[in-house]
Amino acid sequence: MTESLERLVASVRETGEWYRLAAALPYFRFLDVQIEEGEFGLITIMPANDKLIGNPFLPAIHGGVVGAFLESAAIIQLLATHETESIPKIVNLSVDYLRSAKPVETYAQAVIAKPGRRVANVRVEAWQGRRDKPVAAAHAHFLLR
Amino acid sequence: MSTGNRVPFDPEAITLVVQRGIPHCGVIGIEVKDVDKTGVTMVLPYREDLVGDPRSGVLHGGAITTLIDSVSGVSVYVGLGAFAAIATLDLRIDYLRPATPHIDLLARAECYKVTRQIAFVRAIAHHGDVNDPVAHSVSTFMIDSSETKPLAAIVAEELEAERKRSGK
Repeated sequence: MTESLERLVASVRETGEWYRLAAALPYFRFLDVQIEEGEFGLITIMPANDKLIGNPFLPAIHGGVVGAFLESAAIIQLLATHETESIPKIVNLSVDYLRSAKPVETYAQAVIAKPGRRVANVRVEAWQGRRDKPVAAAHAHFLLR
Repeated sequence: MSTGNRVPFDPEAITLVVQRGIPHCGVIGIEVKDVDKTGVTMVLPYREDLVGDPRSGVLHGGAITTLIDSVSGVSVYVGLGAFAAIATLDLRIDYLRPATPHIDLLARAECYKVTRQIAFVRAIAHHGDVNDPVAHSVSTFMIDSSETKPLAAIVAEELEAERKRSGK
C-alpha cells in the first residue's frame, strides 16, 4: 500500500470515496464489496458472483460468506463513524440465518448499538430485493484499540 | 417434514460432497482433512486474498467464519449418520486470538446432539493444537430443511454411478 490505512480512512471520510476503502482490503476486494451512502447511513453491497455459491442445487450463497459480509458491513460502519482509526478486531459474532441467500446482489446496513471507548456492539442486517425480508441478521463485538 | 431424502452416511463420499456440493470451499481452498466417528476436520490454507488487515496480514474473520460454517455443516452428516438437506439456523463464533499469517488454519467440528429436526454443533479453529484455539463456535442446523434432494445425496449417487461404470 502506498498510503497508510489511517490516512486513507481519514481522507475517505472527507471525500466520501468509499470505493478506496473497499479497494484497500484484500478480503473486501475478494467479495467485491461496494459502499454507498443511503438515506439512513452507509449501505454495503456484495454483487452476485458464482464464486460465492455454497449450495449449487438451491442455489444459495455460502452461509460463511453471508457472515463475512455482515462482519464487513460492521467494520465499514465503525470506520465511517470515527469509532476507530484502524481496522477493528472482531471479538465475537452471532449470525441468525433467516432466509436462504440467493445468488443475487446482497445489501447490508450496520447500526452501532453501543459505541464504546474500547469495545463496540454492532447490529447488522442483510437483505436482497425486499428490505423487509432480511436474509440474515447479526450482532457482534469489536475491539477498537 | 419427510425424511425420505436422506441417504446413509459414507465417509468416503465426504471429500466429493465438499468439492462438488460446496463450490465456494473449492474457490478459497478449503478441504476435508479428516473424518472420524465423532467429527470432521477441515483445512483452509493461508491466502493473501482473504486478508482482512493488510498491515498485519491476518485473515479476515469472515474466512474463519466460512471455514467453521462449512466444517460444522458437514459434521451434522456424521452426527446424523446420513446425508440430508441441512440449513444453518444460527452460528456464533468467539474469535479468541488472531489467526497466524502464512500457515494453515484447521477447524474441527462435532455434532454433539441431534433431535428430530435440529442438530447442535460445536467447533474449534486452530493451527494444529486444539488446546490453543484461534476461534470457538456453537451453531444449530435445521435438518431436512428442504424438500429438494440434499446435495450430498446427489453427490453420493454420482459416486455410486461412477463406481458401477468403473466395474468396482
